Amino acid sequence: MTSPDRPDARGPSWPRVSPLGSDGVLVSFGDRLGEPANRAALAFRAAMDRAGIAGVAETATSLASTYLRLDPALEDRARVLAEIETLLADRDWFDAPLPENRRLWRIPCLFGTDRAPQLAEAAAEAGLAPDKAILSIATTRLRVQTIGFAPGQPYLGELSPEWDIPRQTQLTERVPVGALCVAIRQLVLFSVSTPTGWRHIGETAFRAFRPDAQDPFPLRPGDEVLFEPVTANDYSAIEASGPDGGARSESLP
Amino acid sequence: MRALMVRSIGPGVTVQDLGRAGLLGSGLSRGGAMDRLALYEGAALLRQSPGLAAVEMAGFGGVFEASADMRIALTGAPMRAEIDGKAVAWSASHLLPKGAQLSIGPAVLGFYGYLHVGGGFDTPVRLGSRSAHLAGGIGSAVAAGDTLPVADDPDPGVIGFGIDAEPRFEGGTVRVLCGPQTPLFADNELARFAAETFRRDTRGNRMGVRFLPSGAPFKSEVGLSVLSEVVVPGDIQITGDGTPFILMAECQTTGGYPRIGTVLHADLPRVAQARPGDTLRYEFVDIDKGMAIEAAARKDWQRPSARIRRLVRLPEEIPDLLSYQLIGGVTAGDDLERHDQ
Repeated sequence: MTSPDRPDARGPSWPRVSPLGSDGVLVSFGDRLGEPANRAALAFRAAMDRAGIAGVAETATSLASTYLRLDPALEDRARVLAEIETLLADRDWFDAPLPENRRLWRIPCLFGTDRAPQLAEAAAEAGLAPDKAILSIATTRLRVQTIGFAPGQPYLGELSPEWDIPRQTQLTERVPVGALCVAIRQLVLFSVSTPTGWRHIGETAFRAFRPDAQDPFPLRPGDEVLFEPVTANDYSAIEASGPDGGARSESLP
Repeated sequence: MRALMVRSIGPGVTVQDLGRAGLLGSGLSRGGAMDRLALYEGAALLRQSPGLAAVEMAGFGGVFEASADMRIALTGAPMRAEIDGKAVAWSASHLLPKGAQLSIGPAVLGFYGYLHVGGGFDTPVRLGSRSAHLAGGIGSAVAAGDTLPVADDPDPGVIGFGIDAEPRFEGGTVRVLCGPQTPLFADNELARFAAETFRRDTRGNRMGVRFLPSGAPFKSEVGLSVLSEVVVPGDIQITGDGTPFILMAECQTTGGYPRIGTVLHADLPRVAQARPGDTLRYEFVDIDKGMAIEAAARKDWQRPSARIRRLVRLPEEIPDLLSYQLIGGVTAGDDLERHDQ
């Protein structure tokens, strides 16, 4: 396992396996976010799902790690851990292919205006004029790096380096469902209304969590997203069009 | 349709079962009852599945009326309870006759009380569970005027039992496993964490509970800059102000605060039931001991028959009948509180 862009070349070796609670195992691929570590986490989870190791009850990923929940009544934990280690040693996960069945989404977004009041502020933090900031985001094909914190909620990246801006120290009291917010070269598309330290730069009518729909969680880790700027006028019509918010998706090869 | 009508209700009352497992990767935490042991105790009293939904009451109950004769069980934090003005025992099962008013007041000890019905509440199943998950936008709190549907009761005759509730309503010691981020804390910080006493703060809800250290704030070697990772109920985050915040049933699925360890499932009811001012201590255990504790607790939760007793004792079983107060076959309702003290 010798990827040149391994995020932690200087540090201790990755991946690392550690228990998380009495029925969980965390497989970490780094302690900083980067494309290889995110790819490794997604690929290893997909491989675990394919392997179907008896005693593994559930899998999930975050930005740079894969979480495995074990059957709590497991009698042979050592056997399961050994099978996980064997799969982990099977290849270099940092350059593994991304999961299959990924989609490319085009999601209409109203940037700025009074609906998303922090566009100018965030653009200034990034050293960009607001129109250049919109262009920068709209032309970046983003990956769903993880779904988490709230149901269906995507963390998308990676934006260009000028977007490495900190979160605000003061929380915004509440952003609405569908808010697009930025910090640390990432975007979050909020699936619940919540306080946040991320700056609110756009609004979408896309609902990332639809509890009563056939597919409650339309986005998957590994999917790619383009945010398409729309005018306030167009956005009114899109808002009335339902939970897809005018989004279109296609299969990625 | 059998139903329980809600005449008045305290804040934060929700329908809960054992939650939705398997959706962590989609960003939805499992949720479900804060004190899962209470669901098992209720199931034992009514001889039904612990997976059936109950009403979870956060410190205060409400007034309920039955549309038909139904069995009920009361578990978790002992609360003052009356049926048509007569005190009834907590941690026990009773008949709630058609039209009778069940009144449940404030918790005497602990925080979360549970009202079970024979057959379980038959509210809509969403994503595989009846649990409200308010943080995730699923369901809503129970409101005055609501009608809670009750499923058919296959075993209506099993009634009038009590259970010796496992003591867990006044804080105490909880067992903690080291996790992936425990090494971010220096040995002396870990030793201090295991030695100090922590007071349950007023800030706490179904997502998590804050505890205040008796000494200085805690800090990790890396400050607050850890990469966001999957978090699970029981995880002890050390937040920006150096206080531990224990994630609970309805927590978010990822978090970026350093975590000093994870409380065992077996001890989460004790965390849930601590109320503001109650004190908690943390005892680190290794994974082997932790697994053994969890296995023993699972066995005890699933087979609590040794702790079940008939609520009304037969006169011939009572050696000194005159020393017992018999109020219409019902105890005063505080026997378990005395038991716990």
